[in-house]
Amino acid sequence: MIHTALDIETIRKDFPILNRQVNGKPLVYLDNAATSQTPQQVIDVIVDYYQNYNANIHRGVHSLSQEATDAYEAARIKIQNHYNIAKTHEVILTSGTTHSINLVANGFTSFIKEGDEILVSAMEHHSNIVPWQMLCERTGGVLKVIPMNQNGELVMEEYHKLLSEKTKLVFCNHVSNALGTINPIEEIIEASHKVGAAVLVDGAQAAPHIKADMQALDVDFYTISAHKVCGPTGVGMLYGKEEWLNKLPPYQGGGEMIAEVTFEKTTYADLPHKFEAGTPNICGGIAFGAALDYMNSIGFEAIAQYEEELLDYATKQLLAIEGLKIYGTAKNKTSVISFNIEGIHPYDIGTILDKLGIAVRTGHHCAQPIMDFYKIPGTVRASFSFYNTKEEVDVLVEGVKRAINMLL
Amino acid sequence: MTIEKIQEEIVDEFSMFDDWMQRYEYMIELGKSLPLIDEQYKTDDNIIKGCQSKVWVHAELDNDKLVFTADSDAIITKGIIAILIRVFSNQKPQDIIDANTDFIDEIGLKEHLSPTRANGLVSMVKQLKLYAIAYQTQLN
Repeated sequence: MIHTALDIETIRKDFPILNRQVNGKPLVYLDNAATSQTPQQVIDVIVDYYQNYNANIHRGVHSLSQEATDAYEAARIKIQNHYNIAKTHEVILTSGTTHSINLVANGFTSFIKEGDEILVSAMEHHSNIVPWQMLCERTGGVLKVIPMNQNGELVMEEYHKLLSEKTKLVFCNHVSNALGTINPIEEIIEASHKVGAAVLVDGAQAAPHIKADMQALDVDFYTISAHKVCGPTGVGMLYGKEEWLNKLPPYQGGGEMIAEVTFEKTTYADLPHKFEAGTPNICGGIAFGAALDYMNSIGFEAIAQYEEELLDYATKQLLAIEGLKIYGTAKNKTSVISFNIEGIHPYDIGTILDKLGIAVRTGHHCAQPIMDFYKIPGTVRASFSFYNTKEEVDVLVEGVKRAINMLL
Repeated sequence: MTIEKIQEEIVDEFSMFDDWMQRYEYMIELGKSLPLIDEQYKTDDNIIKGCQSKVWVHAELDNDKLVFTADSDAIITKGIIAILIRVFSNQKPQDIIDANTDFIDEIGLKEHLSPTRANGLVSMVKQLKLYAIAYQTQLN
């Protein structure tokens, strides 16, 4: 029995997609860490935008443009409030986490000298490794790795040893996408600031589970993607402290990001527009705000409590299967279970589960270093959201058993 | 037997199955019986890119015919390769180049044809055909 204050049956009615069938079976969607599903409330906002006030923002004198601009800027304030950000212009709307990280990595090119050190955690997504490698190639900076242990937790003693005056930047995800580990970012941020290093936290995987407080964390940069929190794809946030955003050069040139342009010289617009060249994903930004409204109407505390119950239940049920091993057993983790069955390739399990209508992710989850660490080709990853049920966990467990029977 | 005849034979076999489970069970069986590639050919050079599971394919000429051996670390993928090898191995390179692959659709494996599909059936077919092109050039 799972106890929750949430009315899951009613919540599920908000998500039209959960009613569909896949391969003749009711969809059991357990790939929420890849992308979350979209509630009708957010779909309605998207439809309303295109039906009633689709226009380019920030430049029109006409009413539609004004309405669209107002809605877009209102969304920015919703994001600001959600993350307790001090100033509205510290919210940069991007195309998502990858864009946000690249914007910062690119901006740091002129700040990193040869021999400067950049620390990155061992459990990063490729999107939080490759941009920094590219930065190091451009600048002669040195990338160092904060190691992790077998449970999938960062070895904090090693982190503290790695920090020095040479450290200029530290990158870490708030929650690991492949393992679900919640990293001790408070400690990471505090220690890095002591040596004068800036910190970027990739919050993409934390977003649906944890309401992060930017001012309390005192983090320098924080990134998320809207599609992890019931919003649309192609839009996300870069939070940056004002002083950093003022220091960083613009990432892309174009319309919207300028104050004045002549062929001799261009002066850049103020924040946040300096980093928002071109026509943005207007509808996406507005829907992002609506998605946060939706999540907040359910409540992050209730969500976290329910997901933890689901995680505990699923972990117990799965571990009862002979030969099943879970990767990522950190004390602090979100509702993500990465696992393998001895003697079976994760791809085979995923293929059979799909035939049973169960959507999971298989593969290296864009985190090859983690797979190399465990010396495995990949894992099956089931990730649970607040709209998943105990019954769906049972369907997963039965599906895995059936796949094992077929495959072994 | 010609490529076309073998394909017809496979389509016939698969038409006896009522549902996906039987089809997959058969493929898994095929995968388990796939003659393994000689270890020396399981090199990085022989890995087909674009597959979530690892796939190794080796080709060599036996007189005027091309012989394929292969392996994979995933059993369903191995089953798919087993079917491809049955169709394309021991055939003349030019016949392999000219062959169409509509039978994959007919045996209900269409979903594996999508280029985004992680098992990379498309990559496998492409690789077999590339070998055929290379050896055809050699024969000429």
